[in-house]
Amino acid sequence: KSTMIRTVFSRSLPRLCRPPACHYSAGAIPEPCSQPEVHYDKLFINNQWEDAASGKTFPTINPATGEVICQVAEADVADVDKAVKAARDAFRWGSPWRRMDASHRGLLINRLADAIERDSAYLAELETLDNGKPYAMSYTMDLPTVVKCFRYHAGWADKWEGKTIPIDGDYFCYTRHEPIGVCGQIIPWNFPLLMQAWKLAPALATGNTVVMKVAEQTPLTALYVASLIKEVGFPEGVVNILPGMGPSAGAALARHMDVDKLAFTGSTEVGHLIQQASGSSNLKKVTLELGGKSPNIILSDANMEDAVEQAHFGLFFSQGQCCCAGSRIFVQADIYDEFVERSVERARRRVVGNPFDLKTEQGPQVDQEQFNKILGYISSGKREGAKLMCGGGVAADRGYFIQPTVFGDVQDNMTIAREEIFGPVMQIMKFKTLEEVVTRANDTKYGLAAGVFTKDIDKASYVSNGLRAGTVWVNCYDVFASQAPFGGYKSSGNGREMGEYGLDNYTEVKTVITKVPQKNS
Amino acid sequence: IGKVFPAYNPATGEQICEVQEADKADVDKAVQSARVAFSLGSVWRRMDASERGRLLSKLADLVERDSVYLATIESLNSGKPFLPTLFLDLQGTIKTLRYFAGYADKIHGTSIPMDGDYLTFTRYEPIGVCGQIIPWNFPLMMTAWKLGPAIACGNTVVLKPAEETPLTCLYMAALVKEAGFPPGVINILPGFGPTAGAAIASHMGIDKVAFTGSTEVGKLIQEAAGKSNLKRVTLELGGKSPNIIFADADLDLAVEQAHQGVFFNAGQCCTAGSRIFVEEPIYDEFVRRSVERAKRRIVGNPFDPTTEQGPQVSREQQNRVLGFIQSGISEGAKMECGGKALGLKGFFIEPTVFSNVKDDMRIAREEIFGPVQLIMTFKTIEEVIERANNTDYGLVAAVFTNNINKAMTITTAMQAGTVWINCFNALSTQCPFGGYKMSGNGRELGESGLKEYSEVKTITMKMVTKNS
Repeated sequence: KSTMIRTVFSRSLPRLCRPPACHYSAGAIPEPCSQPEVHYDKLFINNQWEDAASGKTFPTINPATGEVICQVAEADVADVDKAVKAARDAFRWGSPWRRMDASHRGLLINRLADAIERDSAYLAELETLDNGKPYAMSYTMDLPTVVKCFRYHAGWADKWEGKTIPIDGDYFCYTRHEPIGVCGQIIPWNFPLLMQAWKLAPALATGNTVVMKVAEQTPLTALYVASLIKEVGFPEGVVNILPGMGPSAGAALARHMDVDKLAFTGSTEVGHLIQQASGSSNLKKVTLELGGKSPNIILSDANMEDAVEQAHFGLFFSQGQCCCAGSRIFVQADIYDEFVERSVERARRRVVGNPFDLKTEQGPQVDQEQFNKILGYISSGKREGAKLMCGGGVAADRGYFIQPTVFGDVQDNMTIAREEIFGPVMQIMKFKTLEEVVTRANDTKYGLAAGVFTKDIDKASYVSNGLRAGTVWVNCYDVFASQAPFGGYKSSGNGREMGEYGLDNYTEVKTVITKVPQKNS
Repeated sequence: IGKVFPAYNPATGEQICEVQEADKADVDKAVQSARVAFSLGSVWRRMDASERGRLLSKLADLVERDSVYLATIESLNSGKPFLPTLFLDLQGTIKTLRYFAGYADKIHGTSIPMDGDYLTFTRYEPIGVCGQIIPWNFPLMMTAWKLGPAIACGNTVVLKPAEETPLTCLYMAALVKEAGFPPGVINILPGFGPTAGAAIASHMGIDKVAFTGSTEVGKLIQEAAGKSNLKRVTLELGGKSPNIIFADADLDLAVEQAHQGVFFNAGQCCTAGSRIFVEEPIYDEFVRRSVERAKRRIVGNPFDPTTEQGPQVSREQQNRVLGFIQSGISEGAKMECGGKALGLKGFFIEPTVFSNVKDDMRIAREEIFGPVQLIMTFKTIEEVIERANNTDYGLVAAVFTNNINKAMTITTAMQAGTVWINCFNALSTQCPFGGYKMSGNGRELGESGLKEYSEVKTITMKMVTKNS
């Protein structure tokens, strides 16, 4: 890929002077500024910027260096109350948001997409600074996907139709698809902008109002998007964004008596707490996108080069911090040795370094806690007898970098084979038959995603139909699209996001039945 | 070869300019180009559906950018008053393009639990090369109504605008190119019905034809399709739509809506509420108020901001309408006001109201397409239902009442594609629109509009063992 040098402009002028991203061809990534300015660090309530009621702030860290980027206002119970009130008021019968043509909601979402596209070079810099993911990825993957997600859902706003239904008797019956109301949304730190888009887009398209708590590790890009939400003209109170901690602000949202629905993406452990909080408060509707330990099954007739590269990407993408990481790679016995050898060679070649360097493939883990946890799993792998093939240690003196690590000869009962590591640690196991591997692949409490590599048409359909997972990839991995539903079986979650299916989670169906003098077909 | 035809300004009768005239050879060339653009593996066929949507969105943005210019040309060439054209026609055009832009990547097939050890799913594929023939009463909007769903579904198009009003459609073609549509996806041919239009209807290389226009020509299109390659046909044709006013209606609302319902666009609407049935107790008052309103209707220069009604689109149309007015007089209807051509230049007609109209009069049976309002009276709901449905047309209907039971009964009973309750001409891109009976077949707009531009393919694959 060719790069373009704009050092003078990118370092000295504020983001307003940044040329729009769309000037660049697909192959060109603009040289990033590694110290983008932070413009927004407060709570966003009713289209206003506010300090926390308590005045408290918390630091957000640059994981490539361990240094503090800036302080951010920390929302707690009082702020959640205030935001929920604002969202409730924006949702009242007769409000501008409730009276707005559905197509106009779509227009506002499209304008938001345009504004994000306009500022995508800056947003990609800020995302990389706060999360550690390589800028090349932020710019070429995260940002365009965010824009597409908003555009996709903008199109749905005036197309989400109820039905008229031929019921028995002299009645006229129809359904209305109404918004649920005030939606609490709690998002994680692994794809801050994208997770914000996945949550906001369907909720707004269907006419809800939102109180969103962003991850404490990565609040900055969400707050900038809040400024764009105000800029493009969303009425006040429709979207409210609160940086804060899970146990305080997040829990307050989950148990709030005036929040109608909660959508959470994060760990299965916290997912349990959210569901319990709903039960012990007002029975708010809950959707969960949780963890995974997704199997990636490589049959002996697979295209070897392709399978190795896709399996590598499927595990190591985003520093291994993907809910759907293909973290149990089952390789058919006769190609096992070659597969492991090639995977190790590929892992050794993985470029770990400064996320702002365009050649970097892997940045740091997001924080100290994750860093320690992953090193702990690597130790357990060694202790329990898995074969460490490469990596296994720290990759740099500062920041939270971990070497791309590969374990071979992994047994299904090892900790690294059962628990979600969320780091750059690959597990490769061996299998003999199809029936065996489908059984072993399904032997987990998780069920988020799965992959299968084969050229055989019967084997592909057998395996893909047999796996208990929300998304099955055939001869590919980590292929996402706004049009395709995504979500988990079992403890990987409930409900689906994206696609038409994703709209169900943000809809209350009202059936209206009117008596008529005489029904005719 | 090199033939041209004139485009006129109907407010003055003067020629605006000359336009190239397409004939059969040009249609052949356009179809060839559309066919190549549709070939398997082409840029258009390989394009992400969402990207097709992006292009339509971009086209909408460009129309919005140039909306004042487009409204000016539309007004100049068709006689429609400028301000309504800017606020209604242009907005309707932009919204329609945006609506279908949003649908492009939401056209879903299904996966199906069929009997046996099979995996089955459907794909909604584009039909192929679509011929589209549009009328002169809403040139820009009709272009958007046709292009929107066809392009969203991935088809390629050969579109013939009306010979009376080719200019705005041709400007849209320039915007299509500017938006970045691949060559051959959209082709626009100004020309005449009996030559270029007929060539499209009978072309062996066109997979579907969509026509909006008179019922008379609609029949010819259907015949041509049957005689040639059985191309799929959708038709949006004429109407003689009933507007039923009950005694309990809000009278001010009903009078104004009935007035606009028939006089809008100088009466040149397929949806014109051209048979107004008024319940006996309020008949006299309704007629009195309608005549007073019609007398107040401002007819004049389309570019004057106070003008409500411009000219008819052509001398031919003007003469036709005047002929209907004469037949009304000679068959014994009572002409309450209007009745004459207005002014020396252009094709203006006075807003005309007839009362005491009998159902069997020509003016009550045939589509006039001009500013002529007909008011009849009725006694019972059963009677008016029968009389309203007693027509070969079935495009729209309306009812004005505060009574929920009457409203429900009328809406169920009307043989019409759209029924309005306490409103008229409430159209929006999200709502399917089309005719019962000889008002057409198929629906445009809404999700239903997409069906007409898709071909469903069922794919069934043997599986080793099916599980639910």
